[in-house]
Parts: sequence; structure tokens; C-alpha cells
Amino acid sequence: MLYLDHAATTPMRPQVWDAMQPFASERFGNSSGSHEVSRRAKNALEDARERAAAVLGCRPTEIVFTGGGTESDNLAVKGAALADGGRGGVVVGATEHEAVLEAAGFLERFDGAVQTVDVETHGLVEPARVGRLVDEATAVVSVMTVNNETGAVQDITGIVEAVKRANPGAAVHTDAIQAFVGRRIDVEALGVDLLSLTGHKFGGPKGVGLLYVREGRNLEPLLHGGGQELGRRSGTHDVMGVAGLVEAMELADDDRTRFCADVEAERNAFEKAVSPIADRTIPEEHASVQHCHIRVPGIRNETLLVRLDRRGLAVSAASACQSGANTVSHVLTAMGMAPDQARECLRISFGWTTRPGDGAQAAKILLDAVAGLR
Amino acid sequence: MRALVAMSGGVDSSVAAALLAHEGHDVVGVTLKLWQGPNGEAPTAGCCTVSDAEDARRVAAKLGIPYYVLDYTDDFSHGVVDRFLADYVSGRTPNPCIECNRTVKFDRLVDQMQDFECDVLVTGHYARTELRDGRWRLLRGVDRDKDQSYVLSMLTQSQLEKVRFPVGGIDKAETRRIAAEFGLRTAFKSDSQDICFVGSGDYREFIRSQAPEVEQPGPIVDERGEIVGRHRGIVDVTIGQRRGLNVAIGEPRYVTDIVPASNTVVIGRRHELARSEVSMRDLTTVSGVPLPGRIMAQYRAHGEAVPATLTAGESPHVRFDHPQFAIAPGQTIAFYDGDEVLGGAIID
Repeated sequence: MLYLDHAATTPMRPQVWDAMQPFASERFGNSSGSHEVSRRAKNALEDARERAAAVLGCRPTEIVFTGGGTESDNLAVKGAALADGGRGGVVVGATEHEAVLEAAGFLERFDGAVQTVDVETHGLVEPARVGRLVDEATAVVSVMTVNNETGAVQDITGIVEAVKRANPGAAVHTDAIQAFVGRRIDVEALGVDLLSLTGHKFGGPKGVGLLYVREGRNLEPLLHGGGQELGRRSGTHDVMGVAGLVEAMELADDDRTRFCADVEAERNAFEKAVSPIADRTIPEEHASVQHCHIRVPGIRNETLLVRLDRRGLAVSAASACQSGANTVSHVLTAMGMAPDQARECLRISFGWTTRPGDGAQAAKILLDAVAGLR
Repeated sequence: MRALVAMSGGVDSSVAAALLAHEGHDVVGVTLKLWQGPNGEAPTAGCCTVSDAEDARRVAAKLGIPYYVLDYTDDFSHGVVDRFLADYVSGRTPNPCIECNRTVKFDRLVDQMQDFECDVLVTGHYARTELRDGRWRLLRGVDRDKDQSYVLSMLTQSQLEKVRFPVGGIDKAETRRIAAEFGLRTAFKSDSQDICFVGSGDYREFIRSQAPEVEQPGPIVDERGEIVGRHRGIVDVTIGQRRGLNVAIGEPRYVTDIVPASNTVVIGRRHELARSEVSMRDLTTVSGVPLPGRIMAQYRAHGEAVPATLTAGESPHVRFDHPQFAIAPGQTIAFYDGDEVLGGAIID
């Protein structure tokens, strides 16, 4: 099996698992408590928080650990919109992850004002277009750094500028979940107020993530209870998960130069070999290095995925409904792609375990799978 | 042989997959996502809910076969639901499950099966196929209570040679026993009864929501054309219906005709429901040989086959040896010779 679906999830790095294991045994403590066992857990948690802050260029108290990317996105959008007893407006990109779009939809059902920013042909969000939708009532703007489906890279600093010009008080959130593995994230350089990450997209564990929350920015919590995470996220800490998340962040940070060179070489080899039958949907200059989003004209992705699965290549059509059926992606629809064309798109995503030759091998499999259909 | 099994999430198709896999064939399981509500929500009742897909996925995992959910919502919406509504609006009694078999399962899916590099399409229908004297026969299932050959009567020889019905040779109790033996979670799941896209199970409510014109009140007339009452909309009325008409005439009256053009319901005495002859359209021959003149005709999924004379040609029709009651336009009529299905048509 050749696994090229790293945008869905990645295998855990062995060092991450090593870092986590003590918390499943001798260091099992609840980080909220007043004895030695508890203090050891708390120290591990705060150590992890400092390390995460160092990676992102922020203060430790600006890190809120969560139960993963969906929770981070929900906390950012709902938490900012409902902060300080308000009912602030929300502006989201049309190609955002469902976690952001559905969180905005939730607010809308309770009379929140939600506006959606149209995207340009390649899925790019034009900063000026965002700025025009922001007004005094806007509480939060959310645009993802790298699109999970297409790999399109957004101009986050440009968007921050446009938003702040229209309303300096509005928060800018970015879902950097797909971005982190291939791009250094410095929250000061980006200028964002809120930023989501999740561990399993870069060699960490599933079910644990974080939300960066700029100092002074209040959020209405989604989970109420014991008041952990400075009241922003209640619930006993998953110290084991957090230890894994932060270990994975550091490893990805250290490995990034090597990672980018390797996956780019494989992605290029793959794209060159499949170019007779497939077209890139996002021009290279706007795409992340690890994503390859292509359209194979004339062949439904549903059919192709079955044939690729049989040949041992794990890739994705990136858009499945609750039941698991491939559907017409809202991302591609927002980009102006016709439904029939959207049903011909595939996402091939490379990761830290990708080895030299994987791109050529994947291309060979794809060409073979397509051959019988043409 | 590589087999594509259409898995609904019910026990019959689960066992169909299990039997094929057990025989050592290369098996691929698929569930067709047929319907979604206006906001993309999946059905909550019937045979293609998200939890049914979960059941099918789990069965496939247990059998160690790959499994996929295929998006057939467009095909189903155009080929089945639109036609179902059009039939109702024009006063006919459609059978969407037969239409789904015809246009979705045994047409589109048979085509797609080849793209999936499979040789045969397998379903959990209670019917049998047999290659004899150079042609494929479609036969009634061994379990006569569950026999589904009627809903397969519109298949063709070329489709028949590409399909297999593994549970057609066993009875339902045996199917459940096998499912339990394989440890499949669907072993004791109850049969789905509802029309899958209707959801709550009330198809009249669904029709009202999709085609409000069927809710127009109109006249009820007797056999002489005299107005004897009013109906609340033709959606509420079916041929042969006796109760709920609110017409006070001495002896029992039945709905004998529905005339959508004038939104009129015609009632009459029981003997007026009897029909000796019906005309038909969309005549098909599954047997691969010309239809004989003398056949057994079955016009309900779980009805009895009755002796009749078939006339094919320009205006095909069937003459029953004995008058039959409450036959509604839109229903499928299947022709049998003993256990073998010869063909079928839709009553006009």
C-alpha cells in the first residue's frame, strides 16, 4: 500500500509515541490537583505549553489546548462571535473547512450575521474583497492558511491588513491545520488573533490540537466545567495527547526543510508523469508543496478511487458526506467548477514518510488505473 | 471472479456478500447513496440511511472486503423520484422500487461494475438465475413468501448474465442463520418496509410536499357522472379504495378510476372494479425467447399469478381467464411460466 493521503492524516512519528507513553503509565496524574502526582502532570503540561509557544512565537498563556482541529475552529469562530456577551458578525471564506462553515451556520441559526467571501478562480481569497465585508459589527473573520482539499495558499497577512483597516477590533482567525507541516508559522509575522492546529496532520496524535488566542482577546468557551485552560476550555487535560502534539510540532519544525525538498521532488515527479491525463487545478505558485490536486478529465473520481484502492494506492477525493459517498465539493463549487468536473478531481498529498520514488510509483499506478477506462 | 455486491445494510445483501466471499471470490461491497433531503440530509428511514451504510461497512469489514459508498443521488432523483411524482400526479400507482431496479441498480450499476473491474453484480434479492439451453432463466426464489422475482421482471438477458442472487436459493430463516454464523451485526435486523426517499414512511405527505397540486379538492362522481361527494385531493385516493370517501350511498362503493385532468374520482360497485383485460406499455422479455400466448400473470409484488392470454405487438394487452379486482395503472405486471419469469410490462 502506497499511502499518499497525508492531508487526511499522517502516521505518527516514533519519537512522538515515545514522548507520550510515560503519561499512559507512571505519569498518569490529573494536572489539576494538590499532590505530587498531580504536580508532575501539571509540570509536563506547562512544559509542553512553553514549547508550543516557542514554536509559534507567542506567549504560553496564549495557547489553549483542545480536542483537535474541529474544536479549535469552533472555539475560534463561535467563541469570538459570542465573546463579551455579544452577537458579533462573522465573515468566512467560501472554501473554508466544514468546521468553520458549520460553526458559522450554527451562529446564523441563532440570528448571528454571517457573510461569505467569494473566492477567485483558483480558490484564492482576495484581501480587498474581505475588507469590504467587514464593518463595525464584525467580531471575527476566518480564512484558512492552506486549503485542505486543493492546497491553495491564502495571503493571510494581506487579509489581516484589510480586516484591521476596516475594523481594528475584529479578530482574524486562520485554520493553519494543513499549513503547519510545510510552512513555518509565526503568529506575529502573520498578524492573526486566532490560529488552529491539530497534531495528526504532522506526525502527532489524533484528537488533540490547540488554538492560539492573542493576549487580550476574550472568547466565550464552548465547554463549561472545571475552568481549565484559564476558563477557555474546561475538561481534564489530555496530558498524553498534549505531550505528543508538542513533540510533533517540534519535530515538524526541525524537519521542515528536508520535508519540503523531498515532497516537492516527489510531487513534481508525479505531476510530470501524469500530465498527459491530468490537469493541475491550482497553479504551482499558489499551491502548498505537499498537495497535488488534479482533475482527470472524463473519469469520475468515484470509479478511479476504487481502481486505485485495488492497486494499492491510497489517495482521496477529499469530499465525502456523512455516509462516505463522494460528493461534489463545496470548495470546487465555490471556485466555479461545474459539478461534473468536480467529480473528476483527486487529491494526492505527500507526507513525512514519503520516500524517493513514491511520486513515480503513484503516477505509474494512476496511469494503469486510467488505461482500462480510456 | 470479482463480484460487486450491492449492500443495502440489510441482512439479505449482507449474506449475499458473505456467501460470495466464503466461496473464495474477490468481493467488493458498495452501498448506493440514493437520496438526500433539500439540505443534504440523509434519509432517516427506509433502506439507505447513514446507519444502514454503517452496518454495511461493518459487515464488509468483518468479511475482509473493500467497501465504498457511491453517490447515486442524481440518477435516483431523475430516474425514480421524478417519475414517481409524475405518475402520482397523473393518477397512476407507481412502484418506485421496480423503477430503481430498472434505472439505477441494473442499468447504471451494471455499467459501473465494469469500471470497477468486476465481472458480476450481486444483490440480496430472493430470486434465482440459471443458465439452461443456452439462455439465462430468471426463477422465483425458493422462499415463496419472500420471492422478489416480480420486481426483477424488467431485466434483460444481457443484464441477467451479469447478475447473481445468492440468497434466492435459500429461505429467509436460513439467511438469518448464516448471518449469525458469520457474526454479522445485520443478522436480526428487521426488513425495511418504507419507500426509502419518503423518510417518515408517509408517502402521501412526501407527495404533498413535492407536488402541492395533488392536494386540490375535487368532485367524486358515480358511474353515471353525477357528483356524489368531494375528495380532499387525488393523493389520498387509490383504485379499489372503499373507506374514507365520505359518500353516503346505500351499498359499498369503491374507487374505480382517477381522472387527474379534471381532478375527478370515479366510484362504482364492486363488480365495476373487475377487469378482464388490461393494456400495457414498456413490454420487456427477460427469457430471451418470444413471449408465449398463454402465461401466468402477476400484478402485485406478493400476489398470486393468474392464468391469462397475452397479446404482444402494437398495442400489447393481457386478457385474464377470470376478472381481476383493483388493478391500477402504473403497476407492473409480470409473466410467468411456472417458476420462470418470462417478462413484464407496466399496466396502462
